[in-house]
Amino acid sequence: MPLLELSDLTRLLRECAGEDEAVDLDGDVLDVSFYELGYDSLAILQVTGRIQREYGIELPEEAIGAETPREFLAAVHQVQAPEQLAEVRKIAAA
Amino acid sequence: MSALVTGLGVVAPNGLGTEEYWAATLAGKSGLGPITRFDASGYPARVAGEVPGFTAADHLPSRLLPQTDQMTRLALVAADWALRDAGVRAEELPEYAAGVVTAASGGGVEFGQRELQALWEHGREHVSAYQSFAWFYAVNTGQISIRQRTKGPSGVLVTEQAGGLDALGQARREVRKGVRLMLSGGVDGALCPWGWVAQLATGRVSEAGEYLPFAAEASGYLPGEGGAILVVEEAAAARQRGAAHRYGELAGYAATMDPAPGSGRPPGLGRAAANALADAGLTAADIDVVFADAAGVPELDRAEAAVLVDLFGPYGVPVTAPKSLTGRLAGGAALDVASALLALRDGVIPPSGPVREPAAALRLDLVCGAARPAPLRTALVLARGYGGFNAALVVRAAN
Repeated sequence: MPLLELSDLTRLLRECAGEDEAVDLDGDVLDVSFYELGYDSLAILQVTGRIQREYGIELPEEAIGAETPREFLAAVHQVQAPEQLAEVRKIAAA
Repeated sequence: MSALVTGLGVVAPNGLGTEEYWAATLAGKSGLGPITRFDASGYPARVAGEVPGFTAADHLPSRLLPQTDQMTRLALVAADWALRDAGVRAEELPEYAAGVVTAASGGGVEFGQRELQALWEHGREHVSAYQSFAWFYAVNTGQISIRQRTKGPSGVLVTEQAGGLDALGQARREVRKGVRLMLSGGVDGALCPWGWVAQLATGRVSEAGEYLPFAAEASGYLPGEGGAILVVEEAAAARQRGAAHRYGELAGYAATMDPAPGSGRPPGLGRAAANALADAGLTAADIDVVFADAAGVPELDRAEAAVLVDLFGPYGVPVTAPKSLTGRLAGGAALDVASALLALRDGVIPPSGPVREPAAALRLDLVCGAARPAPLRTALVLARGYGGFNAALVVRAAN
């Protein structure tokens, strides 16, 4: 499975929990809180369950507790590709 | 201090929206038909009242769709329409000035069945997170209050058919205690296998597929979905804000429980009716029309007719049963209250749907065939909920 991207997350949010009319999910929402995007904790729980099923992974509590899409994606990537992320961090640190 | 109905929102099997429903009801147009929402061919009863032509996405934001059962969607729309009819924007009222009290019989049963099936077939990770509340019987009150941002006293009544009247009785109490506005009534329905077998278990659903209350050939009732949400306000406050509609006052209300089976004591419907009249400060002679519970089960029809004859005398008051066009709605008799108020408004009694004439022995003046014009000031609405609940509500035209 490819890494979960922001566009995947927004698509799944739309499908699982709908979309607030006042929000443009296709805009720059990486650091906008889920609360401001119109999603409550149940919406995040719902999308988390969907990702677990579709990607065949088990997500940690941090994903459900994520406050922004960036935090959520980081928690998912931690599970999807921990070695790859460690590599990226090492390069970034070097 | 009196509680006035200033807004109506109706979602019924024979009409979406108050005026569509009312026109269909006066014309005797039925919303009952073969069940289409699930394959009912294996069940002994196969006819119900489905709300036609309702596309939730046309009325509600997409955020609400994954988390709501059909009956909650209908309730949310009915509440929207009731407030619009009243000319009130609930979110403009002070934070705790408005509350919601609705009646429920089942809750989001169709949603719940789907998720339980997902649980058994695919495992717990396939169950919607929204199952946590979407099937809860109090969900309509909760969702309406969230959508309308009403934080005042709220609740839910679970007394089957009597629930619509009990909810309005509670709304009246809250208005009398000083709550500015109450949204009340009931919209429910569970047209899915699970909801259907729960109805069949009463042994009262017509396997002949007909709902002919008070008729000699009565064979049971038919269930339906939908109902009505009403806006209830204190009369002086409504007048002060120049409310466009003053449908009528909730003038009297009472509820009773039936005695335990086998006790030999009479059922409680008569006491509920008498107490509601007394509560309104009226006598039987003051009542212009009765909207009957109309169980459609011969034994229960006889019991209700006996109450009416006892209270009003033989053929002593026009009686009607427009629910024979919609089925008995799980949100209780709130729709009957809306119908009674519309009857007062227009000076016309709707007919008892397909019923041609009442059984002679019942000695009822049942309005049959066509709507009957009549000057109307007051109406008595009766309801019996499965399990021994009785409620009676008197509505009176606003001055």
